[in-house]
Formats: sequence, structure tokens, C-alpha cells
Amino acid sequence: MKLKPWLLKVKKSQLLLPLVAMILVMAVNIIHDVATGAGAFSFFKITLQQTTSNGTILYGRIIDILNRGSEAALLALGMTLVVSASAGTDISVGSVMSLCASFCCMLLAGYGVSSTNDLAVPLVVGVLAGILMGCVCGAFNGLLVARLNIQPMVATLILYSAARAIGLLVCNDLIVYIRNDSFGFFGSFLGPIPTPIIITAICIAILAVVLKKTALGMYIQSVGINSKASRIAGLNSKMIIHLAYILCGLFAGIAGIVASSRITSADSNNIGLYLEMDAILAVALGGNSLGGGKFSLAGSIIGAYTIQAITTTLYALGVSTNQAPVFKAIIVIIIVAIQAPPVKAYIRKRSLNKAAKEVA
Amino acid sequence: MKKKVLAVVLASTMALALAACGGQAAATSAPAAPEAAPAVEEAAPAEEAAPAEEAAPAEEAAPAEDAGGDLISVGFAQVGHESDWRTASTKSCQDVFSEANGYNLSFVDCDNDSAAQLEAVRSFIEQDVDYIIIDPIVSTGWDTVLGECEEAGIPVIVIDRTIDDSDKYVSWVGSDFLTEGKAAAEWLKAYAAKQGVSEINYLIIQGTTGSSAQIGRTDGFREIAKAEGWNELDAQTGDFTEAGGQEVMESFCKSYAGKFNVVVCENDNEAFGAMTAMDNAGVTYGPGNDVILISYDACTAGLKEVQAGKITADFECNPLAAPTVEKVIQTLQSGGVPEAQILVPDNWYALKDQIVDFSVDGNAQSMTEVTDAVIEAQY
Repeated sequence: MKLKPWLLKVKKSQLLLPLVAMILVMAVNIIHDVATGAGAFSFFKITLQQTTSNGTILYGRIIDILNRGSEAALLALGMTLVVSASAGTDISVGSVMSLCASFCCMLLAGYGVSSTNDLAVPLVVGVLAGILMGCVCGAFNGLLVARLNIQPMVATLILYSAARAIGLLVCNDLIVYIRNDSFGFFGSFLGPIPTPIIITAICIAILAVVLKKTALGMYIQSVGINSKASRIAGLNSKMIIHLAYILCGLFAGIAGIVASSRITSADSNNIGLYLEMDAILAVALGGNSLGGGKFSLAGSIIGAYTIQAITTTLYALGVSTNQAPVFKAIIVIIIVAIQAPPVKAYIRKRSLNKAAKEVA
Repeated sequence: MKKKVLAVVLASTMALALAACGGQAAATSAPAAPEAAPAVEEAAPAEEAAPAEEAAPAEEAAPAEDAGGDLISVGFAQVGHESDWRTASTKSCQDVFSEANGYNLSFVDCDNDSAAQLEAVRSFIEQDVDYIIIDPIVSTGWDTVLGECEEAGIPVIVIDRTIDDSDKYVSWVGSDFLTEGKAAAEWLKAYAAKQGVSEINYLIIQGTTGSSAQIGRTDGFREIAKAEGWNELDAQTGDFTEAGGQEVMESFCKSYAGKFNVVVCENDNEAFGAMTAMDNAGVTYGPGNDVILISYDACTAGLKEVQAGKITADFECNPLAAPTVEKVIQTLQSGGVPEAQILVPDNWYALKDQIVDFSVDGNAQSMTEVTDAVIEAQY
């Protein structure tokens, strides 16, 4: 059987795996909708909905997935770079999100204030300071990993446990409520479209352009494949790894602002909780090797939305989301198994045999 | 060289950070890992703990001294300080059992370490205190140490969480989540009758699965709902968080568009999230609107939403057990026998038009109207 050229391209592409996973999740929804008598594509239906607070908005499950998956997608962007450059994961991103949100809200409300309707400093200052805090955390992680050669997981373990606690300290152990519409903007709607979707799209676009138009993407990959060789070839490996961590912190900061804006408060205990695992899973789901080197940004992004699609699907099916980790685990098992050397070798052998037969 | 400089900078930064955290290290370590605490109540209504007003009854009962004019010594082994709710509970004890009220309180914060708690109780026995108050971190393994208390002749009062494997204590004082759930349902029954709502289709946004607050509130509500033949459309956990409430409600609004008329959120934070989600789905809620929104906790922020006409009714979980404990001690002082199980009075809050008469398990309930003064006084 000869595959058409474009199909062959897809088959060889790294995106095959994440796409299949996504389609699988969607198929579950179609089956469910058909079984319950709703239209086959009711899960995919996007309508215009009149709201009581935000005018007319886009409304539908797909919008929910894109909207709620924004934070994971943002984290996945940074995580992809970190994994590629340093062959390690940044497990602090969830906690850093929480710290950035707390820091931003503390500035906006004033220290020790638990609930406010008025902003203490201009919105821009608070938000930028929150994002900057993310960069600082990323720079700290990068310092440990790139300059001091500490294993990424150990290095980022520090902020994983500390950042959330610092966030509580910054907020004086309170949930800081900022009941001000201007702060809620980043988690609500711009026209009919949820702002988080727009923010994520802009971030993806900028990063993609930067990686394409500059040599940064290639540098990161080459450092990830062999940092010594890259250094000898004239690349500043340490700087590039450091930069990857700073970018990861930057995206964590943006995700933190979005998450806290959604609930117009800084809930240090819960913002970004376990989200670092989703981000790492997204990278793996995207067909990226956690051993560093070559990466696909698109794969990670599809991976992130697939994870959110699982959660949204469970809601739609009426299954308790407590079970979500089970489904994620099943997917992880499949992915890891497919990537395992013996399985890869088996698949290669089979296709070689096939080719040999065709020749004969 | 460069590395050395970096290492020095790093080390000094960390030392500074440690120094800065020193004073509050204890205060931050626990909230950083709230899941670690098998808390009886859910995480933190986020308000400051200032239960001064609630502690007032203690002052009326001030002449609590022994015949000899000595102070009554009380040992209190507290769970820890993992949430604002817990802080309010501790503060209430410290206010009630003050020297001004005729008590000498030995307070031990056990930091969620059950071994430390046993140690604390034994040290109370050595100090030969008059009464021991325990908020047990774990519900089992108490028989031996409570036996020692009994031998020493020191009455033990258990608060908040329960002890399952021993009955060698005088009383248990705490909140009953089951009652809270039933109260919410009984109120709904009375309110629906008043409003002429004949058919109830409700959704529950649950707390963290398996927490006693979630189990009690869900079971209590369902018990009445079943008896009344109400229709439960769905139940899903929102993990006691606003983000969780928002995401769950967003989905509910799509799955059950136009089918539900009651939403029950198992704490205030979930209710805040549900409100945003319903706004975005064009669903109107609160008194006089399509959907009746019920919430639990009644923290200050929650009561403000009640006042704003968004949450229809809010059912409290009261952390201020100390005044009730003091009554138990007073009973024992005067040679009486207190009841084995005493519930801390919880308040049910609503606006004036939503206040209706109802009863739970045959006991008539009274509701509190939310006013500025009530919000001000809330912990």
C-alpha cells in the first residue's frame, strides 16, 4: 500500500502522535453526543451567547477548551524551550505562577489588604511587575542550572516549594481579592473572544516568529543535543540555557496573571497547582523528547489543549474530574511506551520487513 | 573566579531569605501544603481572624475562678495554623480562656504532628492542669493517653475533629456538616414553597472529594432532597476554589442550559466562581432571579455577596468553639454533667426577604439578616 505524499508527511511528522491523541478525545465526545441523542457535532458547536456582564460572547465547549487551556499552553511554550535546551524540566512553573499572581495582586491592593475595589497602583505597573517577577524566578532557575550546573529538577525544586510560600508571605497569608473590572480583563473577554485565548495566541505568534526569524531556535536545539560541541562551535551554551529558563519564567508570569485575573484574586494556595505536571505532559504529548534537543512548539501546544480537552470532556460526560489523572496516566503510558527504544526498534523492523517484501 | 563570586552571592541571598523568613517560617510552612492537613474544615475563608465580638459571652461569665480565687488551668492542644478558620479557632480560645476571665491557658500548636500532640497532652498531665482541650489531628490512637488523663483525674474536652477509638472524654464540641447540609435543604424547601417554585432541579459544586465538609454537606442536602423528590442534575467537585467553581459551572451551564433552578456551592469561593460563569452564560441568579444560589462558609466576602443580592442564602461553619467549651467547663466546675455532644451554634444568613421559618430534625431554626454590622462582626 502506497501512501499519498502528504499522508506520508503526516505519518513521519512528529505531530502525528499529539494529533491522534486529540482526535481520540474528540471522538469520545462525538460518540457520547450521538449516544445521548444530541447532534453528532454538538460538542463542537460554537454559538453567540448574550451575557449579563460582557455583552455577546463566543460560547461552546471548544471555546472552553481553548480558554481554560491557555495557562497550560503558555507554560508548555516555556517548558518546551527548557526541555530542549537543558534536557531537564522546570517543575517550579506552577508555584512561580502563584507567586507572580500574588505579587501582582499585592501591588494592586497594597500590602496586607485582603479585599479592594480600587487599585493602589496603576494596573500596568502591577501586571508588568508580576510578569517581571516571573522573569526573575526564571533567571534564578537559569542561574542554578546553566551557571552552577545543578540538575534542572533539583534546581527548580527550590522554587517549586518556596515560590508558593513566598507568595503567601507577600499576601500576608490572605487571599487578596481585587474586585475591579479592569484587572478582570485578562481573564474575561475582549469583544466576543476570551482574553486568555488572545493572550496565548499573541505569545505563540511572537515566540514562533522569534524562533523562525532568528537563529535562537536552532541554537537552543544544538545546545540541547550537545552543549559542549555547541560551545566549541562558538555558541554561548550557558547563556542560551539561561535564556530558555528566563523565557519559561516569563510565560509562567503571564499565565499567573491570567489565572489570577480569571478569579480577580490571588489564591496562593491554589493558583497553578499541579499545572507544572500538565505542562511537562504537554511537552511529552507533543512528541518532544524529554532528553532535550529537537523540539516542536506546535506539538507542545496541541498537547496542552489535549490535556484540557480531557478535563472538559469529563465535565461533558458528567464523570468526576477526580478521575482525570487516571485518563492522563493512560495517555502517558501509551506515549512513553511508543517512545521506548524496544518498541521503536520493533516498529522500524516491521516497516523494513514490509519494504523488503515490496521490493521482492 | 566568576563561579565563586556567583556562589557567594547565591549563598548570601539564601541566608538573607532565611533570615527574612525566620520570624514567619512557622506561619508559612503550613499553608504552603494545605492538602497535607486532613482538615475538618475546608481551606480558609480569607478573612482576618478577629473574633472579639463573638467571644463576648465569656466576659459575662467572668467570675469563673475557683473557690480559693485560683485561676482554672486549661491545656489546649491545637491542630496547627493551616487556615484562617483555624486561626480564628485558636484566637477564640485565647480570648475566652484569658487570665482576665479567670483562666490560665497552656496553648500548644502541634503543627499537624500527631506525635507532638500526644506529647503535649502528656505534658499537660505532668503540669496537672484542671482541664484538657484537644482538637485531635487524627481520630485514632487516643485510648492510652486518654486513659492516663482519666487516671490523673483530668477531664478532657474534644473540639472540632472527632476521636473514634475512645470514649474517655467528657464532651465533644464542634460543627456538624451534616446539619449544615440539611439546614440548606430545609431552607430551600421553605423558600421554594414561599416563592411558589414547585419543581427543583439542582446542581452541586462539591468541595474537595473526601473531606468531611464535602461529605457532610453533600449527604445532608441529598437526604432532604431525596425525601422531597428533587431532581439532582449533576454533582462535580470544584475543590473549594474559585477557579474550580468557575470551570465546573461553565460546563454545567452548557450541559444543563435552562434546566436548573438551584445551584449549591459547598463553600463561598466556589460560589464566587459559579457567579462569574453564570454571568457569562447569561443566567441570572440570586433573590428574585431564575436561579437560587446556595453557599456554605459565610466568610466576610461571602456575606458581602449575600448583601449584594447574589448569593441567596449562606450557611455558616462556625470556628468559634471556645465560648461553648467554656460553658462545658462551667458545668463541670459546678458539679454538673455536660452533654456528650454539643454543637457550636452555626448561623444561617440571608437578606430579609429570603428569611423563612424552617426546622432541622424537628428543631426550629432562626436565620440572621445580613447587615453591615453583621459583616463587620464576622471573623
